[in-house]
Amino acid sequence: MTAAETTGLEPAGPSTAKRATALIGRAGILIPFLIAFVALSFISDSFLRFQNLANILDQQAGIIIVACAGTLVLIAGGLDLSIGAVYGFAGAASALVASNVSTPAGIAAGLAIGLIVGLANGVIVTRFRVNALIATLAMSFVVAGIGAIVTQGNLVVVFDHPEFQEFAATKIAGITSAAWMMIAIAILAIILLGRTVFGRYVYASGGNAQAARLGGVRVDLIKVATFALSGMAAALAGVIDASRVLSAQASSGQFLTFTVLTGIIVGGTSILGGEGSVPRTVVGCLFVALIANGFNLLGLDPFYQQITLGVILLLAVGLDAWSRRTD
Amino acid sequence: MSEDAIHLDVQGIGKSFGATRALDDVSIPVHAGSVHAFVGENGAGKSTLGKIIAGVIAPDQGGLVLRGESVTFASPREALRAGIALVAQEVALVPHLTAPENVFLGVEPRRAGFVDRGAMRREFDRLAADAGFDLPATTRVGALPIAKQQQVEVLRALARDAALIVLDEPTASLSAREVERLHGIVRSFAASGGTVILVSHFLGEVLALADTVTVLRDGRVVSTGPAAAETEDSLIAKMLGRSVGRAYPPKEAAAADAPVVLAVRDLHAPGISGVSLEVRAGEIVGLAGLVGAGRSELVRAIYGAAPSSAGEVVVADRTLAGNPRAAISAGVTLIPESRKDDGLLLHRPVRENVSLSSLRGMSRFGFVARGRERRRVREALGQVAGTTATELPAIALSGGNQQKLLFARALLATPGVLIADEPTRGVDVGAKRDLYELIVGRAAAGLGVLLISNEIEEILGLAHRVLVMRGGRIVAELVGDEATESSILAAAFGTRTAA
Repeated sequence: MTAAETTGLEPAGPSTAKRATALIGRAGILIPFLIAFVALSFISDSFLRFQNLANILDQQAGIIIVACAGTLVLIAGGLDLSIGAVYGFAGAASALVASNVSTPAGIAAGLAIGLIVGLANGVIVTRFRVNALIATLAMSFVVAGIGAIVTQGNLVVVFDHPEFQEFAATKIAGITSAAWMMIAIAILAIILLGRTVFGRYVYASGGNAQAARLGGVRVDLIKVATFALSGMAAALAGVIDASRVLSAQASSGQFLTFTVLTGIIVGGTSILGGEGSVPRTVVGCLFVALIANGFNLLGLDPFYQQITLGVILLLAVGLDAWSRRTD
Repeated sequence: MSEDAIHLDVQGIGKSFGATRALDDVSIPVHAGSVHAFVGENGAGKSTLGKIIAGVIAPDQGGLVLRGESVTFASPREALRAGIALVAQEVALVPHLTAPENVFLGVEPRRAGFVDRGAMRREFDRLAADAGFDLPATTRVGALPIAKQQQVEVLRALARDAALIVLDEPTASLSAREVERLHGIVRSFAASGGTVILVSHFLGEVLALADTVTVLRDGRVVSTGPAAAETEDSLIAKMLGRSVGRAYPPKEAAAADAPVVLAVRDLHAPGISGVSLEVRAGEIVGLAGLVGAGRSELVRAIYGAAPSSAGEVVVADRTLAGNPRAAISAGVTLIPESRKDDGLLLHRPVRENVSLSSLRGMSRFGFVARGRERRRVREALGQVAGTTATELPAIALSGGNQQKLLFARALLATPGVLIADEPTRGVDVGAKRDLYELIVGRAAAGLGVLLISNEIEEILGLAHRVLVMRGGRIVAELVGDEATESSILAAAFGTRTAA
């Protein structure tokens, strides 16, 4: 009677265990983040220095900005894989325009590209009913291709216009303007999602699109808006990083897409839509950054870093799937 | 096999989900060759018990004795090996496979490691013929109607030589004719020595089919006895633990000169051809018909949830634009047929579910006024006697409370017309009464109601006027005493002679 043993293992319990998991899931990524933070403070002398922390924030500014908007897209039931391509192309385009016209024109050009691509994504997904994963993947090829043509595959440099650097690298209270922009956008996204009617509709659209529509929500419009915000955020991140180093390469965003998605999902936002939160995305991105920073400070082989990230991502998704299982 | 032999003895089963005691010391002897029904309100534990018997969930206490031998099932697969099969409320087939492929999934006849398709087909035809089913063998089951899919499930149980079949709410989604056919199969299966455990909400069905009835209340057995000794009223009294008639609240006739609040003129839509109807303020109009007659299609077209190709819907002298948003702003709200698929945001709090359609009235500059929202949501839930746990996710509520939540959402949007599609489906008897009183009370206060129900009794009990649909058209209008169970059925089946 082996069956008796199997059932004996779960006395009254799968639901209790599941609730505990759900609870841990809610505190979520904050716990491993704090553990990593404290551990690194002890292990490495240089970790807890203001300069190292400010550097982490500065370097993560672009990723967190994109991830905040990406969280909205995922909660609304979409997925945006074109963010890396938009990031690269918008950065390069803004550098081109900044060096040929002016800094404000460069910034505006970059953001406009993001808005246009985002709107296109939204319309393709909602009007033409193309699966978001496929539509935005295809869009990323198109955008990356245009970027390569426009820049002829070259690094675009803006060294002749150092004022372009002020956009992202101006220090205020010891922290760069890029980091301040990131903080502002995270707060905006939190308010948008948590306090506004739009935010409610985002959750409703992703949680149950049919119910939302019957309840009077213009689901398609909401989804288009989230894609537009995502495109703009990716473009802003591209402009920020171009400004920071006064140069940009259209193909530089290849890994950004997956870094951002890792941060969002490790943070606990569901890829199935309807659930998630911006603060957790921010912590998720910072956690991923801490791991990288830690490997760096400790001088460990970066290949182990990739393995670690992969395992963490699988754990995050597995935990989510497990806590969703209803009896 | 003697009629008195106990096929399955349920002994002292207990099961908890978190703090909820779903089953408590439940003992039931199930006799071989009998049809044994479990009845009870939602949450009484009958489905849980069915799932434990079929190995889907494991009990915390107690055990099962199968033909005198103590057994424990760790999975449905083990239960199946012991001859127990479950046909669940929601069909669980692989939609892209054909009927024979589903029936023999996992036990395919093989030859040299390959599926022997010829043998599989022959075996399938034999099973289907024995059961009296007419099932296409080459169509993907996803394309079959629900009733046929259920037949595939039954065949799957038979193909595995199941001696005991657990049917969990088998007829909830079937039309009258399909129900009759399924009943025939149950009877012939029992007559050939098989045992059937029937979990059902439909007391008429239970009394017609079952030899023995067990009534469950709050996870405990109230009684187990011969079905012949019971009536619908006696079963309800046991389920509720008190005696109530199936009386509906008294309805006041709507004033004949009350203004028309909803006018549908010559509406054409997929499944609907040329429907015209009117609903007056304070009037409850029942929409009857068989499953597939086009009732849900009609209300979805009226509400703008499905596109219409011709005709118009007029509310308060304005033609509706044909989308749900426009309908809501004109004061028309819909309580959809399937609350899980079309109604609820299951993982969001009750508060957000209730306020969804009224957020524009509770916001300033796009920001939700949370104090106002909380207050008005509590008021609306109070009006429907709904839950007070506004921060719980909707999925945590019982079926009745979920339905009340949707009523609260509808009322909060201050409708002049309420379209309720099967508002009491899957709702326990107590909550049904609450919903009836709510509908009648709101109508008395001037609301126009268009009510769809598969339970003719419910339509008769609530509606002032009954429209009967068949084949996408309204084929009869029955007012007052004209509306009887037989006149509605006659019109729905098309057996009525022209007057």
